Amino acid sequence: MAEILLSEAEKAFIHHGVQDDLRCDGRTRLGYRPIILETGLVSNASGSSRLRLANSDVLVGVKVELASPLSEKPLEGRLEFFVDCSANATPEFEGRGGEDLANEICRFLQMSYMSGDTINLSELSVLAGQQCWVLYVDILILECGGNLYDTVSLAVKSALYTTQIPSIKVATMDGDQPELELSEDPYDTKRLNTQNVPCLVTLMKIGNHYLVDPTPEEECCSSSGVVVAVSGSKKITAVRKIGSGSLHPESLVSMLKTASEVGAVVNKILMKKLLEEETAGKTQKVGFMR
Amino acid sequence: MVDIRLASEVPLFDIVADSTEPKHLVTPGSLITKETGFMRGHGTYMQDDCLYASVAGVVERVNQLISVRPLKSRYHGEIGDVVIGRITEVSQKRWKLDTNARLDSVLLLQSVNLPGGELRRRSAEDELSMRQYLKEGDLVSAEVQNIFNDGALSLHTRSMKYGKLSQGCLVKVSPSLIRRQKTHFHNLPCGASIIMGNNGFVWICPTLHEDVAGGFVQNLETVPHADRQAISRLRNCVTALAQCKMMIYDTSIMHAYDASINAGFEIKDLLLPDKITEIALMVRKQFEMEKE
Repeated sequence: MAEILLSEAEKAFIHHGVQDDLRCDGRTRLGYRPIILETGLVSNASGSSRLRLANSDVLVGVKVELASPLSEKPLEGRLEFFVDCSANATPEFEGRGGEDLANEICRFLQMSYMSGDTINLSELSVLAGQQCWVLYVDILILECGGNLYDTVSLAVKSALYTTQIPSIKVATMDGDQPELELSEDPYDTKRLNTQNVPCLVTLMKIGNHYLVDPTPEEECCSSSGVVVAVSGSKKITAVRKIGSGSLHPESLVSMLKTASEVGAVVNKILMKKLLEEETAGKTQKVGFMR
Repeated sequence: MVDIRLASEVPLFDIVADSTEPKHLVTPGSLITKETGFMRGHGTYMQDDCLYASVAGVVERVNQLISVRPLKSRYHGEIGDVVIGRITEVSQKRWKLDTNARLDSVLLLQSVNLPGGELRRRSAEDELSMRQYLKEGDLVSAEVQNIFNDGALSLHTRSMKYGKLSQGCLVKVSPSLIRRQKTHFHNLPCGASIIMGNNGFVWICPTLHEDVAGGFVQNLETVPHADRQAISRLRNCVTALAQCKMMIYDTSIMHAYDASINAGFEIKDLLLPDKITEIALMVRKQFEMEKE
């Protein structure tokens, strides 16, 4: 992300702060900045959410469509991710600057959802071998304030939680072609079980310690880190190393352990908040006018 | 560890603002007046004998001069302002600094104090060893000496209180929130010093002692834990005041700091939106009490 210039003294200050477990803004090493969440903003998508983590702002929309399943997996639907780094997010994304980052995030999301433990894709199957639901998850990065992986994953999880898939009945077979009947009632929908959908946790290594949710200044002080996809059941589904520095195998193991614990806590709190929003019912949407 | 709020639970920051509506808010392209006989100032343009606004802001009228003061703009330098800048480039006989203005500000080699305090003409060796004094990424506090024709600021550090900044924390706020005061360097009683640059950069560091101030020496020793806590708390207070669009000066910062200590907020709690509005309201109340 953005390359910020820092003086030697500022870097030393940040290093000592991390050692002391007191970062510049008072957080501990494993603390996140405040997150603001809202779902259901995009009325013509089947599910949507907007998540703001300090300065990072992400909008996700999920659209469902019928298509034929992959020939190797005739009994499963699929998820297709697309990330768009808007040029408004940060000056580096001007023109095609954001494409590399967008592809990276996209690929990593695809990898983290590949494990069978995360989401049950057979729920998306309509007619075995012929028709299935495809969920197109479109992610729009509106503002980049560091820590994009975490923000994107939480927003995707919230959007999938609120996605409503229309109920479909298979009518009588008309010769060879089965007829699919879409339910008349727009509220006759089913939802996916997103309990185990993974959250990404970024850990950056500064000195001998690692930080969760680094600010751009802290990212500048660190040379290596890992992004870990942690499912709701505390299992790690994907790992990716970022940065040009090297990691000792022991520190990698302890980072993975910390990441799975942090990920479990984040998952739990997010699910609780989504349930709260659902039970609160149809309140006034705040949207972008603030 | 993690705080997730729903957007509907987050309070609006402008509940702290004055309840009086500003007199005349305009957006770019909106008509200000059809009357002729007015002189047009900054932020306006004339088209078909009518005066339109070119920026979003408040219309100000002084006798026959109409101008629009923008709500959010880059820093506009005045001679004598204290600014904090970050070196972006080392060129021939000058450094270029980023000061949140439209153009990079310039710090000429002849406008800095040489280490040792010697007064002499700068030689070719000085020019070649510029990077030893200040290199890319360094933070400097300086004063505006002159403004070039194109609007770029010319800075100088010709006093012991200006110079390279050592360990600390930089907070960026809007330049319009920094009040012009007699002195911008304050040693706060809580164990930290603060430099409020007119360009919106606020520097918070451990207490500056008189003998080490300025110059080119950087102190890289570990800052004690209590000082670090004071610096973090001040940083969060300044950010909170900036988010609620309150003026930032030493009194308002100290009120916010004391309010956060009296209310028993932990330093990391000051990042939460509801605590931010609480602090701002307490500062407002404190000012109203002092007026009486």
